[in-house]
Amino acid sequence: MVVSCEQVWQEVSNYLDAEVEPELRAAIDQHVRGCRCCAAVMDGVRNVMQLYADERMLELPLGFSRRLHRRLEGELGGTRRSFFGWMAAAAVSVLAAGAFEAARSSVFSRPGLRSQHARASGHVPPDMLVVVAENGKTFHVSGCRFIHDQRSLRTIPAREAIEEGYVPCVRCMKKYLESGARLGAVDPAPPDLARS
Amino acid sequence: MTRLEEAHQIEEERLIQRVRDGESEIFYELVRPHERRIYAAAFAILRNQADAEDAAQEAVFKAFKHIRQFRREAKFSTWLIQIVVNEARMRRRKDRAELMEAIDKHGEDDRYTPRDFADWREIPSDVLERREVREKLAQALASLGPIYREVFVLRDMEQLSIEETAKALEISSSAVKTRLLRARLMLRDLLAPGLGAPWSSRLSFSQGTKPW
Repeated sequence: MVVSCEQVWQEVSNYLDAEVEPELRAAIDQHVRGCRCCAAVMDGVRNVMQLYADERMLELPLGFSRRLHRRLEGELGGTRRSFFGWMAAAAVSVLAAGAFEAARSSVFSRPGLRSQHARASGHVPPDMLVVVAENGKTFHVSGCRFIHDQRSLRTIPAREAIEEGYVPCVRCMKKYLESGARLGAVDPAPPDLARS
Repeated sequence: MTRLEEAHQIEEERLIQRVRDGESEIFYELVRPHERRIYAAAFAILRNQADAEDAAQEAVFKAFKHIRQFRREAKFSTWLIQIVVNEARMRRRKDRAELMEAIDKHGEDDRYTPRDFADWREIPSDVLERREVREKLAQALASLGPIYREVFVLRDMEQLSIEETAKALEISSSAVKTRLLRARLMLRDLLAPGLGAPWSSRLSFSQGTKPW
């Protein structure tokens, strides 16, 4: 099977998404090895995908979660809570405030999270070895393609990474993030969440 | 489906049922894992931080109100993003920005031919540490037509599958693939360094300084 430059350009996206049949894939590989233009297109599209997949390219506005949660509370809470509901919520708030103060004064309090789009660390196994960069914000599984600073990597247990303020990479730790958020996250929730 | 994914789904269904049974206060727990995606979807359409956040908030509230309409054939996240997309599109229509979309659709099926064949093999790993580089990439993305930007953001930035992207945007999988190809090729043309220097001239990098 032989493919032309035009065919390569039409299939470059499917090729990089691994959505082409093996025979076509082999033909594209062979073509690209001998065609400087198509190699440039292939490398460029791959770079585009890699650059934009980086979590730094789209960060949640600071305070987004808090504002969303407050808006939901405002829309839902006022009409639904009974007197007993409010009393219970007030009691929980007092307890939460006490717990918050206790946590603040604790010697084990965590440093601030390094990233504004921090997610619940969820079910990341605490003893799992992860990789962090000295000036980075996130921790990764070894070999994750979203590790940007390869020069100052350390391998430490996830527990330590969390304690140092690193947050899980939303790509390579995705399955843990989703499980954590759904199954009852371990990270501190916004203070007003304590009522729910 | 892996055991972990199965566990997620069971837990998600349990939470949905509790919300349906009246525990409205736990609805945020369902939404929280998808915050970034819903914001990204709104931002891709509205291109404005404040508008995107407002649309995302409104859409989440609508999702709560219509939680009984959620059918389990779809993933909750896809259903949620679909509502955000509809909300954002409605707001964009109000701003008459859909005129641009009409222009984009013209020629969508035409083949796109790359214009720049500059060699662009390696990107320094720390290039995105530079704020101006991130800004230029954001400008390039913003210059795409809405139908290409929506697909690209959901698929390449938020890592939805082709099928999830198609469902969220209510278009066919083949339309997703066509638009994605075009979006990627257009961005490559905008960003690839080379003769004509689209990167440095169009995106105002200082002369002679390439980010890679």
